[in-house]
Amino acid sequence: MTAPTTTSADTATRSVRALRTPGGLSVRVDPRAALVTVLVGAAAVAVGVVLIGSGDYPLSFGQVVDTLLGNGTAAQEFVVRDLRLPRALVAVLVGASLALSGAIFQSLSRNPLGSPDVIGFSHGASVGALSVIVLSGGSALTVSLGAVAGGLATGALVYTLAWRRGVHGLRLVLVGIGVAAMLSAVIHFLVTKANLVDATRATLWMTGSLDGRDWAQVGPLALVLAVLVPVTLVHGRPLRMLEMGDDAAYALGVPLERTRIVLIGCGVLFIAVATGAAGPIAFVALSAPQLARRLTRAPGPNLAAAAVMGAALLLAADWIATEAFPGRQLPVGVVTGVLGGCYLLWLLVTERRAGRL
Amino acid sequence: MLVESPPRESAEPAAAPAVPGRRALRTAGLAVAVAVLLLLCVASIAVGAKPVPVSEVWHGLFHYSGTANDVVIRDVRVPRTLLGLVAGVGLGLAGAVMQALTRNPLADPGLLGINAGASAAVVSAITFLGVTSLGGYVWFAFAGAAVVSAAVYVLGGSRGATPVRLALAGTAATAALYGYINAVQLLDAAALERLRFWTVGSLSTADLRTVLTILPFVAAGALLALLLARPLNAMEMGDDTARALGAHLTRTRVLAMVCVTLLCGAATAACGPIVFVGLMVPHVVRAVTGPDMRWVLPYCAVLAPVLLLGADVLGRVVTRPAELQVGIVTALIGGPVFVQLVRRKRMAQL
Repeated sequence: MTAPTTTSADTATRSVRALRTPGGLSVRVDPRAALVTVLVGAAAVAVGVVLIGSGDYPLSFGQVVDTLLGNGTAAQEFVVRDLRLPRALVAVLVGASLALSGAIFQSLSRNPLGSPDVIGFSHGASVGALSVIVLSGGSALTVSLGAVAGGLATGALVYTLAWRRGVHGLRLVLVGIGVAAMLSAVIHFLVTKANLVDATRATLWMTGSLDGRDWAQVGPLALVLAVLVPVTLVHGRPLRMLEMGDDAAYALGVPLERTRIVLIGCGVLFIAVATGAAGPIAFVALSAPQLARRLTRAPGPNLAAAAVMGAALLLAADWIATEAFPGRQLPVGVVTGVLGGCYLLWLLVTERRAGRL
Repeated sequence: MLVESPPRESAEPAAAPAVPGRRALRTAGLAVAVAVLLLLCVASIAVGAKPVPVSEVWHGLFHYSGTANDVVIRDVRVPRTLLGLVAGVGLGLAGAVMQALTRNPLADPGLLGINAGASAAVVSAITFLGVTSLGGYVWFAFAGAAVVSAAVYVLGGSRGATPVRLALAGTAATAALYGYINAVQLLDAAALERLRFWTVGSLSTADLRTVLTILPFVAAGALLALLLARPLNAMEMGDDTARALGAHLTRTRVLAMVCVTLLCGAATAACGPIVFVGLMVPHVVRAVTGPDMRWVLPYCAVLAPVLLLGADVLGRVVTRPAELQVGIVTALIGGPVFVQLVRRKRMAQL
């Protein structure tokens, strides 16, 4: 069963198989996309093991695997299980959330730059967290809750302001940009109001960091993702239809506004919990879906591939942050910021040459 | 030689068909705007943590005798007002030129990342090269503004740029640059202490030397902008029509970019990044004058300082005796204006 699919991204004929069950159900399977997802997932696991093995108490690849399987010494058990594994898991969960959020909003806005860190949602989360830091000097948990509340409030605000007999993707983006500009003024205001200690803490938080994340963060994150990821994946098909334009999607039987509100809700929740857990880590949401799309060469949002790509990216960035300057731990947000700048340049060159963007 | 631009539909009763009458109206409007600006200058000198009566303002300006009020006026309020004037002229003209150049109603030096580029360059200069004087880092501000404006123009699709593409490219560039600025501030707590106030956009650190340093650049940029009024008028009708009307497209584009860089770079170097002034003012002006750049530019040069000084005075009043930086006030006023612009149907479909 081969079906020629032509897309705006590539015009090559691709083989897409349909798996049929005896009961008469059928599922379309894109072998390349599936292969890419598996390979990137394997790479993420490998990078994760390397990340767990690196630091002030280095462990070899084999030692880490042994320890994870329960055959390590007590010291190794402590370092791996209590210190580094939760951090790596937070990186995986946050990376996947950011990437899924980016994939959703890039698809909805039909623009590779329309990711949530550009159109204001992570600004909202930052305002929430900074308010907690500056006004009450709260604990890590209340800062996270502030970020989630800020992100959700911003999502609701942008959606309401962009509403005009339905929410158009472009209007959503532009309203988001306007709200983002206002919110960054609020962020600056909060930073100038703070004393130097709080200002440093706020700036550190705004860079995005995985330092000191433990099992207390992993649990809630995993719980939220366990609910959101299936919902998002189920809406992958309607989202792909929406990319073809409202009229085409409507004709194909997609309930426009309901799909959009569910997806926007999921996207905002993803970015809010990710920001709450690790701060506004730049550019993972922007670049992971694009890299996934280029590797799978499949049309549509490529949600599964984007999620594993986000996890792999954040793990790799955290590893670079740990290893780049021996004896000095950079916040991971600095690394993703620099990589993101390079990615923007690359986008600039390739997309210009291809005459699209 | 250039035909009168087609009148834009607007609810403004001033857009009467008779050309001489319209010119008189526009001139009268400009005179009113100048009067408002003068009043605001007086207000800006009089209002603040220590209010000064208007009669004393006159005294301090022209009969300086060294009283406490005179010192406040001469050393604090007057430079601050002058800086607001000069920076306002720069930002307003830059916004108008950019919107005409990109034929994009959402162009604004803040939104398109140019201010962030100047900020990033200034932050680097302060932190890594130990440059401390304005005269030193104003050049870095120009370089940063030039590089980022070119990059955003290309990233946004240059001639095929739509409002959405340009705005996204600018915001993405801003995000990247602010990531960098944050990282620099983190590595150096002393730099954070100095920079966190500068990166807000404020007029409060003004002194006369600051004003005199940026004045030549803004003056040159403003002159260039006024000289470009006719070619920009032609270019607003599309490339082909502009060429047919005798405009030199490449030269105009390059000169307009130079002009924007001069104006934004100087304003940003002196007061830090200030958003939305360059966006709002040209829109208000076009609603009054129509699209003719020969009128839009002078109006912008007067009304942008009105907005900036107004925002500054407002920021001094609302949280007295503390004050709200002018960059925050303009963003909080400008954000809703921007959202309203976007919500207008015509805009969203561009």
